[in-house]
Amino acid sequence: MNLAKLSIGKEAKVIKINGNSAITRRLMEMGVIPGVSIKVIKTAPFGDPIEVRVRGYSLAMRRNEAETIEVSE
Amino acid sequence: MKTEKQITKTPTSKKEITIAIAGNPNAGKTTLFNVLTGLRQKIANYPGVTVERKEGIWKLEGESLQLIDLPGLYSLDVTSLDEQIACDVLTGKVPNLPQPDAVIAVVDATNLERNLYLVTQILEFRIPVVVALTMMDSAEKQSLQIDAKKMSELLQVPVIPVIASQKQGIQELSSAVMKAAKTETLPHIPWLADSEYILEDDEIHLSLSDDAAANKKIFARYNFISEVYQESVKQLNTVERNVSEKIDGFLTHKFFGLIILVGILLLVFQTIFSWASLPMDLLENAFGALGDFVRTTLPEGMLNDLIVDGIIAGVGGVLVFLPQILLLFLFLSILEDTGYMARAAFLLDKLMSRFGLHGKAFLPLLSSFACAIPGIMATRTIENPKDRLATIMIAPFMSCSARLPVYSLMIATFFAGQSFFGFISVGAVLMLAMYAFGVLTAIIAAFIMKRTILKSPPPPFVMELPPYRLPNLRTVFQNMLTRAGLFLKRAGTVILAISIILWAITYFPRTANTEVLMANDANGNPPSVEEIQKANEDFRQSEQIKNSYAGRIGHVIEPVIQPLGFDWKIGVALIASFAAREVLVSTLSIIYNVGKDENEESETLISAIKDAKKEDGTPVWTPLTALTLMVFFVLAMQCMSTVAVVRRETNSWAWTLFMVGYMTILAYIAAFLTYQGGKFLGFG
Repeated sequence: MNLAKLSIGKEAKVIKINGNSAITRRLMEMGVIPGVSIKVIKTAPFGDPIEVRVRGYSLAMRRNEAETIEVSE
Repeated sequence: MKTEKQITKTPTSKKEITIAIAGNPNAGKTTLFNVLTGLRQKIANYPGVTVERKEGIWKLEGESLQLIDLPGLYSLDVTSLDEQIACDVLTGKVPNLPQPDAVIAVVDATNLERNLYLVTQILEFRIPVVVALTMMDSAEKQSLQIDAKKMSELLQVPVIPVIASQKQGIQELSSAVMKAAKTETLPHIPWLADSEYILEDDEIHLSLSDDAAANKKIFARYNFISEVYQESVKQLNTVERNVSEKIDGFLTHKFFGLIILVGILLLVFQTIFSWASLPMDLLENAFGALGDFVRTTLPEGMLNDLIVDGIIAGVGGVLVFLPQILLLFLFLSILEDTGYMARAAFLLDKLMSRFGLHGKAFLPLLSSFACAIPGIMATRTIENPKDRLATIMIAPFMSCSARLPVYSLMIATFFAGQSFFGFISVGAVLMLAMYAFGVLTAIIAAFIMKRTILKSPPPPFVMELPPYRLPNLRTVFQNMLTRAGLFLKRAGTVILAISIILWAITYFPRTANTEVLMANDANGNPPSVEEIQKANEDFRQSEQIKNSYAGRIGHVIEPVIQPLGFDWKIGVALIASFAAREVLVSTLSIIYNVGKDENEESETLISAIKDAKKEDGTPVWTPLTALTLMVFFVLAMQCMSTVAVVRRETNSWAWTLFMVGYMTILAYIAAFLTYQGGKFLGFG
């Protein structure tokens, strides 16, 4: 399943990042790489973007970016 | 891990030492840079781009070191302009800038893993690094125990904890940097050797599509960092929600978050409007007094007129915006440094992205209602150059405070006292309609530009939400003063030149003095000497304008503006108001003979406008003309200060001219449709 489907407050492990290389690269540089654990904190008022916690800091991303991140609970 | 052979770098013969400061955004880089350089810093742009180049002199052990502040970076992988520039600096590719002898890497202790990522990349450039560990106090509060010595051993670079605002650790940092700059040993980068051996396995898949090697490197760097982190950092006890998260619960709340955002923006907006008005009036009076002083002190003549009417009036008219700019940048710095700006972008991104704009475009656009100049300067917070350009291109459509006198004059002249249904003032509706019209045009323009000339894939909204922190006042004020200095210096030169040109075309050629014959008044009394002098002066001024180059240009452009219902006099006012929109009012006053000291509520100017007749005896102005002029002013780029600032911020005459062109064409079309449409419907 992908990160956009993970419910708020749940923590999961990143398995794989799909998609276009620029965004994939940016996500990986920000520390979202396979093996790291990631937690969904909240969604913005209009439902997008979402806030996640990874490697001890808060990261915001749009849903379509979160969809490229495969996670397992 | 593999260890590498010791490689020595070639000894350098140059005397001056160059040090670069690099770090993630929000890691405390600016504060450290300010502490190290004091006020010995200068800001310019890197050649050909809008990325800011900040340099300073660092006095250290009797030597003057050149300190380069790199833009805030997460990585050096060249996907953004900032990263490209940083790479160029680190490889010594920027003209007249030697390759740094060492890099101070500013690392946020509360966010070690991601901050150390940049450190590994800098080391890969084979430049000695000294890590300055900031935010140690925050780390302690989060019960993080960091062993700097252990970390230094593992990274094989000096790791110095610093509290820049209290100058703690600066001494240790200085000697470590000196040593690093003079070392001849190249840094170790063992993780790169490891990256060659990383293979796909069943549990952890790497995206091995097109950038396999690059992705492997990212993976290897983080693997190395994880090892360093686990061995040098201990989480003593698990803390529950920290203060930052509690604050965030309110500020980005689904419902209250938006209300608080609107409240904060209203406060900022209100303050820029109201607090700035007193210093702006003072400045305006000061320039008026200065003008009067020079007028009476210097001998009469052309030089006197040039200095008073050209330079002091023109430059002074722009400098009155300085208080607004200072206040806006004060607020921007505070919002940015506290971490709130990222939340505002987070809250509004969905809404703004519908128009093709980034969440961060909201505040610059809002500021533009006060004045487009600080608004355009505020777009610097938008990283993607195309998103930033789109925001700059539409910012002047927001009705700024300088349009108010124009709207007010037109409404007071033709729509005063009228109402819909007896209680809704026509003037208020018109005023609101002008603001709404500007916003609507901006949205449509952004929508179209983002799909055509500024087409780019939606920029990834992968953005850090930094922890809330109290801003460092010194950094905030220094930032504010730097911006003000830039505004004065760069925009000032262009504005000075245009002021002189505008003055000259209304001043030359000179019209000979003529005498006006005045009849006795209704009671048979002859006019007083003062009245004759005033009449002579008014007549001379209006003759001067009519015969000046500006007047001639007015006559030349008359055929072009005639379809809008404008005559040559309005043409002159349009040209003159390019200096600043509110100049329209004083220019109309001069042309219609009522003396220069009129303002938008002046009765005589209103009656003069109403009484103005064309050669065939029909009135020049009708309510429709007034409406057309207002519509024109909503859209037209009638402001040389904005042009100067756009030139500076885009670093491109092409974009600046494009903006002037498309706004003027849009304004013309809209005014044409208003006037001709109105006439067709039987108005005017």
